[in-house]
Amino acid sequence: MSTDVSAVGTAGRLGETVVLDAAHVDVSYNVRGTERLAVRDVSFQIGRRESFGLVGESGSGKTTVALAVTRYLARNGRVSAGSITVNGQDVASLGRHDLRLLRARTVSMVYQEPGRALNPSIKVGRQVAEVFEIAGLNRSDAAGRAEEALRKVQISDPGRVLRSYPHQLSGGMLQRVVIAMALGAEPNLLILDEPTTALDATVEAEILELISSLREDFNTAILFISHNLAVIAKMCERVGVMYAGELVEEGPAREVFEQPRHPYTVGLLRCIPRRGQRKDHGRLDSIPGFLPAPGEVPAGCVFAQRCALADDRCTTESPPPYPVGDGDRTSRCHYHERAPLLPRATPEDVRLPAPDSDAAPVISLRRVAKTFTVRNDKVPALVDVDLDLYLGETLGLVGESGSGKTTLARVLVGLTPPDAGSSLELEGSALAPLATKRSREQLKGMQIIFQNPDSALNRRHSVRHLIDRSLTKLAGLTGAAREQSLQEIVRSVRMEPRHLGLRPSQLSGGLKQRVAIARAFAGRPSVLVCDEPTSALDVSVQAAILNLLADLQAKERVTYLFISHDLAVVRYLADRIAVLYLGRVMEYASAEAVFTGPHHPYTEALLSAVPSLDGALRERIILSGEIPSPAQPPSGCVFHTRCPRRLSSGICESTEPPLAEVEPGHSMRCHIPPSELRALQQIES
Amino acid sequence: MAHAAPRDYLAAAPGVSPDSPALLSDPAAIGLPPPASPPPSTDGGAGGAAGALDVSSRRIRREQMRLLLRSAPFIVGMVLLLWWVVCAIFGRLFVPYNPVNGSLLQFNLAPSGTHWFGTDSLGRDVLSRVIVGSREILIVSVLATVLGTALGTALGLVMGYFRGIVDNVVGRLVDAVLSLPVVIVALLFVAAVGPSARTLILVIGFVFALIIARTVRTAVLQERELDYIAAARLRDESGAHIMFVEILPNISAPILVEFTVRLGYAIFAIATLSFLGIGIQPPTPDWGADIAASYQYLAAGYWWETLFPALAIASLVVAVNLIADSIEAVVIR
Repeated sequence: MSTDVSAVGTAGRLGETVVLDAAHVDVSYNVRGTERLAVRDVSFQIGRRESFGLVGESGSGKTTVALAVTRYLARNGRVSAGSITVNGQDVASLGRHDLRLLRARTVSMVYQEPGRALNPSIKVGRQVAEVFEIAGLNRSDAAGRAEEALRKVQISDPGRVLRSYPHQLSGGMLQRVVIAMALGAEPNLLILDEPTTALDATVEAEILELISSLREDFNTAILFISHNLAVIAKMCERVGVMYAGELVEEGPAREVFEQPRHPYTVGLLRCIPRRGQRKDHGRLDSIPGFLPAPGEVPAGCVFAQRCALADDRCTTESPPPYPVGDGDRTSRCHYHERAPLLPRATPEDVRLPAPDSDAAPVISLRRVAKTFTVRNDKVPALVDVDLDLYLGETLGLVGESGSGKTTLARVLVGLTPPDAGSSLELEGSALAPLATKRSREQLKGMQIIFQNPDSALNRRHSVRHLIDRSLTKLAGLTGAAREQSLQEIVRSVRMEPRHLGLRPSQLSGGLKQRVAIARAFAGRPSVLVCDEPTSALDVSVQAAILNLLADLQAKERVTYLFISHDLAVVRYLADRIAVLYLGRVMEYASAEAVFTGPHHPYTEALLSAVPSLDGALRERIILSGEIPSPAQPPSGCVFHTRCPRRLSSGICESTEPPLAEVEPGHSMRCHIPPSELRALQQIES
Repeated sequence: MAHAAPRDYLAAAPGVSPDSPALLSDPAAIGLPPPASPPPSTDGGAGGAAGALDVSSRRIRREQMRLLLRSAPFIVGMVLLLWWVVCAIFGRLFVPYNPVNGSLLQFNLAPSGTHWFGTDSLGRDVLSRVIVGSREILIVSVLATVLGTALGTALGLVMGYFRGIVDNVVGRLVDAVLSLPVVIVALLFVAAVGPSARTLILVIGFVFALIIARTVRTAVLQERELDYIAAARLRDESGAHIMFVEILPNISAPILVEFTVRLGYAIFAIATLSFLGIGIQPPTPDWGADIAASYQYLAAGYWWETLFPALAIASLVVAVNLIADSIEAVVIR
């Protein structure tokens, strides 16, 4: 068979140093009596000290591959064909004892949620020491090694960490601990399954930096699984792109991302917002169609249904992994030479109306504050927030977890009452603190799209009921008029009438979010709060939703408050941006000004923390220290504990800078004069 | 919850296999992608395979039904329960003797070919009384449980949704009533209004309503934190709408489980009250009352008069509990 091409091609590449060798692996799950293939004919190899990235959207089979390597598949899953060899040992043939040894000594795994990887009721020290006890050390030696292990992952105060319970540590610290445990046994193969996905951007940058530096010290091969192409591009020498259970393209990471040779990779890369792309110019593309249902093996190429280049051959003949380039790359596409020419599915440039920033603001927030009381402690979540939103514009709200983004969204729509003294106005009229006290008109005028459609849509109601209810309550429509609006709205969010009878559980994540958007637009609001509407979605779906939001905004002249932790997404969509840190607006300016500078030092760190596919252009600023707890905000400037540009005069520690306008329309909360910031930042970038 | 998803640290421990069996429609557990995420949709809106990954509620229900029918405890429970239901409805048509009027000459007869379960001290056929005795207890227990579930669900929804003072006041009231055994509460009631089937239904229904309200309240507390409730508030829905149209359909599983579990308790409580003489009243054939009438003759060796009604109670309670457990295992994941 032609599938042998890849085996021949890559075996030569690594020779004797192969740590992990997956050859023509099929994994199938037995679901209610039927075998369903989840992974099909996947072959790749990882050599010593090599880092291999497995990238793909949810449902592509990445994690299944990792589980197959450690034989952690659920009871109904099995490797139904092919073989997986670790250090020359066939994983499938290992007995109980050898399998234990494999998992204890040879392969380690780090999971996405560090909080779930540690036992919450046992102190960290005990759990780390256990790794060494299993390796054969006695209790006191193991405790010593535990401390040493934490030092290796750059934990400055290992004693304190060892004496803590997992819940007392931050996510980033926990992930360090988990990595320390994974490396404790000095494994030959380290599997990292989305190790930074649950972490904030600045913390992610720290952890990625740590993993990079550890690779120098440890002689380990790494299998790095992520949905984030930029992270893989930064971390891995080689990458495999998975789609619908197949490895559609494989090769050196840089080459694959710069000259993709499979239409799926090409399409996927066009969905990721990059520098210079905006909602009206150089638009994100999207991939038409849907991922085939798991276990459904289409005849021919798995991607053919969604591929604009596909012809009869693609739907009948399954493409083997063709060697590409110098022979160390493969692509499962009959027409891999033509893949980069894949036509766009959506237009590249559209005309969008400019926001109307001369008129009075639609939303005006003054001195908005919110203090939560947690067991008699005052926890300020928002401090003196002043923001204006103008007709038809998108204000991007950026910040890490705990910055108060979501609190601000909930205060604005009236789900959380702000502190006394806060003033909120919608189109010139004051808004009551709680939604229940607001007029029907005001409720109708401002709606919200939540992050997680699974939580935001009642799972027992049909799509029709969900949208109808909003039309009835907000637009006040009934009968034929309601039905007509329903059809119109469904069309405008690009769903089809046949979706109306379905329940949310029968829809994909992207379709669910479309239902939520349709519902939010039912009452024709003037302001829409979007609370991380795409962060639960895959990139290709995210691109489609972002474009949909931009188009609807142009059509309906609605104002967005767009909340996101993802700067690239905000840059794509927002006209102006506010950066939040510990409940305070640190910088507030037009999107352009925020990205060209001068930046607030925190914005600067955020910008440099985000891995990008545009190549490592600038020196990364790694913030030291943890995000302070909002319950005990630092004195003076709240950012001074982590600020790399802190002034030596001590003013940052003692006095909180005001949010001052540094140039027209650009405000910042920093003691350093903007000209000085600009000078500092230009030198380094 | 006892059914929490397997946590990663279990898998992370070297040499420990997570080995969680893949449950029915929980795609995460079977390693398939969650139904939420896979098919990326498109700007082109070119349609596609929504529904290809069929996790519709009808499908889930069919799946649950099939799992139930495959579970031996459920089948055993169902067979037993159906037997007693048949006895309750048609028992009078096929009993070998008149269950109420016995032959006074044939009292305290041991089980034999003519009287399989023997006769009691009044000469009534025990088998006939056991068969017919299922009627009253089944009617009363089902009605009481239905009443308790309906009241308890409403109360739990109000407590969980409004919280605050309503929750506190009702919550303490529940605690107060539940600190007394059902039997004592029932005694007080019966002393006040006199024994009757209606009193029994009201008493048991009332006490169960309080217990069920607690379970429902907990379920509501989890639901009300979800964003669909916030979305409903933001379109100015009334409290009643949110409770009964938004929340209620989402907590039907725990309510169903609670109903079946409570039915078992209701049967037991009614039998107890009848035994104490304040439940179902003679001459209506009733297992509890029959045991009460006969247990003093145990010492004289007339064991059959007590044993068979006792076995009847036990079999019915066990049957209902088997069904309840099977349903819980299937419905609550």
